[in-house]
Amino acid sequence: MISRRVREKIAFTFLRLSALLVLVALVAILYYIVSNGIGVVNIGFLLKNPEEGMTRGGIFPAIVGTVYLVALTLLFALPLGVATAIYLSEYARGKNNRVVMIIKMATRILAGIPSIVYGLLGLGLFVLFLNLRFSILSASLTLSFLTVPIIIAASEEALESVPMSYREAALALGATRWQTIRSAVLPYALPGIMTGSILGLSRAAGETAPIMITGVAYYLPRLPISLFDQFMALPFHIFTLSTQSSNPQLTRPVQFGTVFVLMALVLVMNLAAIVIRSRYSRLRA
Amino acid sequence: MKALSNNNLKIQTKNLNLWFSEKHVLKNVNIVIEEKKVTAIMGPSGCGKTTLIRAFNRMNEIILGCRTSGEVLIDGKDVYGLDTDVVDLRRRVGLVFQKPNPFPKSIYDNVAFGPRIHGITRRRQLDDFVQFSLQEAALWEEVKDRLNDSALSLSGGQQQRLCIARALAVAPEVVLMDEPCSALDPAATAKIEVLMRKLTQNYTVIIVTHNMQQAARVSDFTAFMYLGELVEYGETKKIFENPENELTEKYITGKFG
Repeated sequence: MISRRVREKIAFTFLRLSALLVLVALVAILYYIVSNGIGVVNIGFLLKNPEEGMTRGGIFPAIVGTVYLVALTLLFALPLGVATAIYLSEYARGKNNRVVMIIKMATRILAGIPSIVYGLLGLGLFVLFLNLRFSILSASLTLSFLTVPIIIAASEEALESVPMSYREAALALGATRWQTIRSAVLPYALPGIMTGSILGLSRAAGETAPIMITGVAYYLPRLPISLFDQFMALPFHIFTLSTQSSNPQLTRPVQFGTVFVLMALVLVMNLAAIVIRSRYSRLRA
Repeated sequence: MKALSNNNLKIQTKNLNLWFSEKHVLKNVNIVIEEKKVTAIMGPSGCGKTTLIRAFNRMNEIILGCRTSGEVLIDGKDVYGLDTDVVDLRRRVGLVFQKPNPFPKSIYDNVAFGPRIHGITRRRQLDDFVQFSLQEAALWEEVKDRLNDSALSLSGGQQQRLCIARALAVAPEVVLMDEPCSALDPAATAKIEVLMRKLTQNYTVIIVTHNMQQAARVSDFTAFMYLGELVEYGETKKIFENPENELTEKYITGKFG
């Protein structure tokens, strides 16, 4: 018979080890990437085109391509996601009609669909059917599909955290529902919406599979010149360097450098989200 | 129900019933509210007093499953009639909430919120509304030098007077107050009570309270509600000194509540 004290010790040791394991994994990955990648990264690496079979030069088109891609995705996904969330949580709040139920369920399911499936959808719908070509437009529309459910979930949560008393105060002054939403709810949900959207976009920034079949270029040493042009992107560049290289010895440093830059980009986006959230919660208190 | 004196009637209900889903919250309420007086509605928790005043500006409707039957006449016109504009009704019948609920904006923007949503954009005009409303709510002298400070920097009592000013800024005819002092200390409560009397110069004031002393101090008329029914209604003095109903007497003498 094990005593309660010992059980307590065992339980907490197990919990502590789990937490520690996660931390060790994160630190190990970061250390591996930083130690291998940071030596490669300099101004030239960031601002030059790839040269000599991607063994030298930089990754400028891939950085800009990813930034373009994320910006376009934001442009498409944010209005759609926020509008849907407003409808679901403000207009349809508590209404249990079938349409609302179906939309709510659909957004949850959409969030769980594997990204390659979205890629195939984008290939069929945007590239082929709508004839938007193998382009940055098709790729960003595809990534929007992937991001919208995340933005909806984050926005719904942000809208629901706005105190009911703000809505009541506005309605009691004779505001219409739309005026109430616009001037007494949305401003206070905005930081939460932004936080969630940034996290959704940072996920989109790292996606490889969906863009691989909708618009990303293997090698294109210039910036895209239109929405219908192909583009380079960081995650696909990493994939290319690690699997398609004819000389892995020479491309490996570039590969680590690219991973480092992508990680830094995603980390900065996540940090921005954390900063917005903490500033917001301090304002509230 | 007859008028209690010779003053004008502002609000009259006829067989007002209200349900939240299956719960029957107001049962055949017939009451008349006189213009430019303070009417207090008291009763134990859950008796329907808050629901009654929210029926006057149709604020119950934002809760799902709310049904109403009967009439609420304001200036002789049924507010539940098909041709009533709810938005305009709520402008005419303002509501001050139990807990002060200013927006986390500046003092100025809180008061200007109502005028702005009703289409006033000229700065001069907004300034006038803000000053007038803050003066009406007896807050102007305390905040005139810091109108751009956050409303949340004010004390609880000041916040509640700000909410009253915000309600007055859309030029209502009736001001409903739902236990406006329940979250305030005695000093802040006294200020609001003085304000309630002052407001009768221009407005019809209806307060919900379960503080009997407050009802006795500030109101001209008092209604006593119990389990969704209006038990007794009359001049405040008479209700407190010579209640007709046994329940009213028990409540006033503190035998339950």
